[in-house]
Amino acid sequence: MSIVDTPAPGADRADLDRLDANWAERPSLRSFLTTVDHKRIGRRYLVTAAVFFALAGISALLMRTQLANPGGDLLSPEQYNQLFTMHGTAMIFLFATPMLFGFGNFLVPLMIGSRDMAFPRLNAFGYWVFLFAGIFMWASLPFGAAPNGGWFAYVPLTGGQATPGLHLDVYALGLLFLGVSTTAGAINFIVTALKMRAPGMSLNRLPLFVWAIVATAFMVIFALPALNLDNAMLFLDRRFGAGFFDPAAGGNVLLWQHLFWIFGHPDVYIIVMPGLGIVSAVLPAFTRRGVVGYPLIVLAIVAIAIISFGVWAHHMFAVGLPQVSYGFFSAASSIITIPSGIQIFAWLATMLLGRLVLRTPLLFVIGFIITFVLGGVTGAMFALTAFDQQVTDSYFVVAHFHYVLVGGAVFPILAGIYHWLPKITGRMYAERLGRWAFWLVFAGMHITFFPMHLYGLFGMPRRVYTYPAGLEWDGWNLVSTVGAYVLAVGFLVVVVGVVHAIRRGRPAPPDPWGGDTLEWSTDSPPPAYNFPVVPRVHSLHPTWDARTAESTGPGATADRVLSEGRRTPLTSELDGRYERPVEMPEASVKPLVLALALLALFVSLLFAWYPVAAAAVAVVAGTVAAWLWPGRRPEART
Amino acid sequence: MTPPGGITATTSPEALSTELPVGRSTGWWGMVLFVTTEATLFACLLGSYFYLRFQYGPQWPPGDIPDPALLRPLVMTAVLVPSSLPMLWAERGLRRGQLWRVRAGLTASMLLGLTFLALQATEYAELLTEFTLTTNAYGSLFYVITGFHGLHVLIGATMIAWALTTTRGGLDARRDDRVRNVAIYWHFVDIVWLGILFTIYLSPRL
Amino acid sequence: MVTLVPLAGCAGQAPSALDPAGAGAQRVEGLWWLLFWISVVVFVEVMALLAWALIFRRGGRTRVRHSQPLRFVTIAGAGLPLVILVAVYGVSLRDLAALGTDPGRDAPTVEVTGHQWWWEVRYEGVAGATANEIHIPVGERVRVRLRTADVLHSFWVPQLMPKTDLIAGETRETWLHADRAGQYRGQCAEYCGLQHAHMALMVIAVPRPEFDARLARLAAPARAPSTDAERRGQQAFVQGTCAACHTVRGTGAQGRVGPDLSDVGSRWSIGAGAVPNDAGHLGGWIANPQTVKPGNQMPPQPVDAARLPDLIAYLRSLG
Repeated sequence: MSIVDTPAPGADRADLDRLDANWAERPSLRSFLTTVDHKRIGRRYLVTAAVFFALAGISALLMRTQLANPGGDLLSPEQYNQLFTMHGTAMIFLFATPMLFGFGNFLVPLMIGSRDMAFPRLNAFGYWVFLFAGIFMWASLPFGAAPNGGWFAYVPLTGGQATPGLHLDVYALGLLFLGVSTTAGAINFIVTALKMRAPGMSLNRLPLFVWAIVATAFMVIFALPALNLDNAMLFLDRRFGAGFFDPAAGGNVLLWQHLFWIFGHPDVYIIVMPGLGIVSAVLPAFTRRGVVGYPLIVLAIVAIAIISFGVWAHHMFAVGLPQVSYGFFSAASSIITIPSGIQIFAWLATMLLGRLVLRTPLLFVIGFIITFVLGGVTGAMFALTAFDQQVTDSYFVVAHFHYVLVGGAVFPILAGIYHWLPKITGRMYAERLGRWAFWLVFAGMHITFFPMHLYGLFGMPRRVYTYPAGLEWDGWNLVSTVGAYVLAVGFLVVVVGVVHAIRRGRPAPPDPWGGDTLEWSTDSPPPAYNFPVVPRVHSLHPTWDARTAESTGPGATADRVLSEGRRTPLTSELDGRYERPVEMPEASVKPLVLALALLALFVSLLFAWYPVAAAAVAVVAGTVAAWLWPGRRPEART
Repeated sequence: MTPPGGITATTSPEALSTELPVGRSTGWWGMVLFVTTEATLFACLLGSYFYLRFQYGPQWPPGDIPDPALLRPLVMTAVLVPSSLPMLWAERGLRRGQLWRVRAGLTASMLLGLTFLALQATEYAELLTEFTLTTNAYGSLFYVITGFHGLHVLIGATMIAWALTTTRGGLDARRDDRVRNVAIYWHFVDIVWLGILFTIYLSPRL
Repeated sequence: MVTLVPLAGCAGQAPSALDPAGAGAQRVEGLWWLLFWISVVVFVEVMALLAWALIFRRGGRTRVRHSQPLRFVTIAGAGLPLVILVAVYGVSLRDLAALGTDPGRDAPTVEVTGHQWWWEVRYEGVAGATANEIHIPVGERVRVRLRTADVLHSFWVPQLMPKTDLIAGETRETWLHADRAGQYRGQCAEYCGLQHAHMALMVIAVPRPEFDARLARLAAPARAPSTDAERRGQQAFVQGTCAACHTVRGTGAQGRVGPDLSDVGSRWSIGAGAVPNDAGHLGGWIANPQTVKPGNQMPPQPVDAARLPDLIAYLRSLG
């Protein structure tokens, strides 16, 4: 059923040569720095996010070692506080979202049958900004100047008076810088999914993974401004003496919390939603049928995206807001568990009606269901204000959100890594290594985090660098620490498995699992132009559908071969009707230059070199002007 | 394809299945989404203003700061809001391929925007002697909100200047796209001003 | 998860939310067990479906069914959860209202002020202050008024009452109630900087007469030194650097930066839970508090080695 394992029937040899000449890039330093290929950028996102994950994971191991026994003195309190802040900040901002954006980058154009993202250069720019912002934040750690106010950085602790030094300037500027990348990525995903789908892929044939990415992108569009504003205000307060959060100047410390959680709660779903999308994408191949209840799942995705904006105050149940508002936010927070319930039972029904092929990706999906359901039931508990007030900010909440985030994001990411490794690298992984990795990660995860429920209930607050003996916290903390090391070994086995696959794995066929979405109908790894012939989509499961396969065979119309220039079709937003071919941009160094100029801007703001900052702004403006300059080659007016 | 005339034209399967929006470019969608996220940012800013105001207490603006004077901001409104009209006129010119109209419209909008900025500069020169960013939370809100909007006007004016430069080689599909996107941004900057006028200048008098 | 059931009973020494000693925490404990058993049922249900699939839906001869059981998904995924959530929400509203009730006009009021990193404790109508411990009468509700002198903190005594945050620039209220005498450990639950780990407090529930005696002592000057060593120690305290930051009622020491030390000898710990309160630890603390609790505001004290035992003797005698 594959299109190109033998010469593509719809495109002749001359077409393929032309496509190759127009799209393929020779490996060189120049192409490394200038590429706009979504597959290369996607791979970079995945690898870079994995490196940040490792750094944040090592931070966690250090903390767990410190907490293994009461009165641990491996780390000073200053070190511990920087490590837990960087652990949280990096896991949320530098690992989870970029990792899932990496999958999105690699997969969305392939799944919708396009040759690239809508804005390939913006895509490259987004990656560079993410990389530089990550380095910007991590580089502060060796100097002892890393953020140390917790990942939600509550004022006034994070104000200039309580925490002088660069710590929180790194936090505020780093997240503002990173926000540029996340916003650019989100806009790119939405426009790609709206305009770049293969002809015939109406919205009701859009793969669930793409739905999830689009909903995530919309949440980013509406949620991220609140965080950006919060951080801008924090920076102005700290650096220039503004009074937004200073009660003595008529400011209010709760403004920070409101704005932060107006972003922060949607962000939980920004992290989890693409993970759920991966689950929906992995299941069909390993249950041999489509996911049950496509429309219900789409509804659930949209419902979550909307309701997630109405629940932020459940992070503030101990703050002492009016009881009426607690009643409202408590109800909204309860309701939001329902769309997740729908998805869980849709997946269970899929498994109950299909035929399970128990390979590593499915193992991780099963691990996801078990873990995520446990995190979900404690989540429903937290929706109830009275219970929340007792266990919030204790280790119980640490247990809860690790069940949600490891369950809802990390397990799906691991499922995705094994599922798409053949597509991304062109090599098969070793199944035995995959199974070992699963059991180690699964066991390590539960050994680490389950006991946290207990010592949280036993009264242990979070974010303490040490604790006294004799409060029944000791033994369980040791169990968690042991679990953390098991978990770390599990991740090491994942890395070994991936490296082994790349080095020694046998070549992957185009469709090793019998998947249903379009990425499985092209080579592994896909050619630079993705599809020799852009398919015409006839169903929700195009790779299982003979008519879609035929559409790339002999008689494929020239408007879908498009071998002259770098072209791909634009289609209509809702029905996916063919509109016109569009010329895609070539490799360019401008995205890198722009990202470097922004890096210079943020570094100079950090160190208060304002003339340099002004110069950087000029370079940014000049680069944008040159980037968007309409080329000399005139294009017909429409 | 030439559509057949008469009733059959409006009831033919193709006419019935014509969807909206039709044929929007990726650039158009990109700009609309960018403006959406920017609008959310302004909404958060104005929301923060009201949050701080109502948490603060009955007297607002606090301290010795008088209610903001109205005359100048109303003149500024009268300058900025109509600046969308020449822009609309230029957009219509775009559809007809009239380069002179596009250029004249863009230039008029840009000049009105620069006038607005000049008025804002005189306002700052006066007010900074009364209170500054660091005086209190009101000062912080006032200068950050109006300054952030002023920055947008400046960026918008720069974009218009840039778009004018691109039209030196005449019009084509790409240049049309640029001008349309600049127009979207300009209309947005305009509309946001009304929210700021209400919040900063009018609401303390309510 | 079932392992939790036997564990709940053995949480004897822990400041455990599952071992409540007062009306507030008891409410939440009841809610917890309700939620816990519902969660067990939900989890077992999902696991059973998963196990069914894993046992019966594998192997080459399994026939794939292509039906779309939307009704099953809607009922199991949305309908049943909705019923459960509405019921539990109703129950929890009652608990929330109960936690929010005012302890009454006649209830004693404790004024607690959070500092980085200790708790200042005063009783309404009583002049003296103490730190890091709150005495309450058994069986009575006590109003707690919460303020912070610097950053956010959170007041949490798991066995008595859920958390209430201390908000800069604002005042919050909660209440405490213990139905049996005893010591209930609490700890700051909102991250408040370097020594967040060492910001514990002890709520000590005592019979009413003892509570009244305690308030009377707080109103009176601190106990006068009775031995020569204590007298020398007092002199060193009042004339040395100590008095710049600490108060001992009835002496010249009226500093207000650190905790009032008028009853320091009887307190449960030094440094808000950092170390036990005994002569050895006290000496170590005075010599260099920065090794015990790095980052706290008290600098190392240049006390003459010969004077230190006197100072310790004096401080131990207070209370």
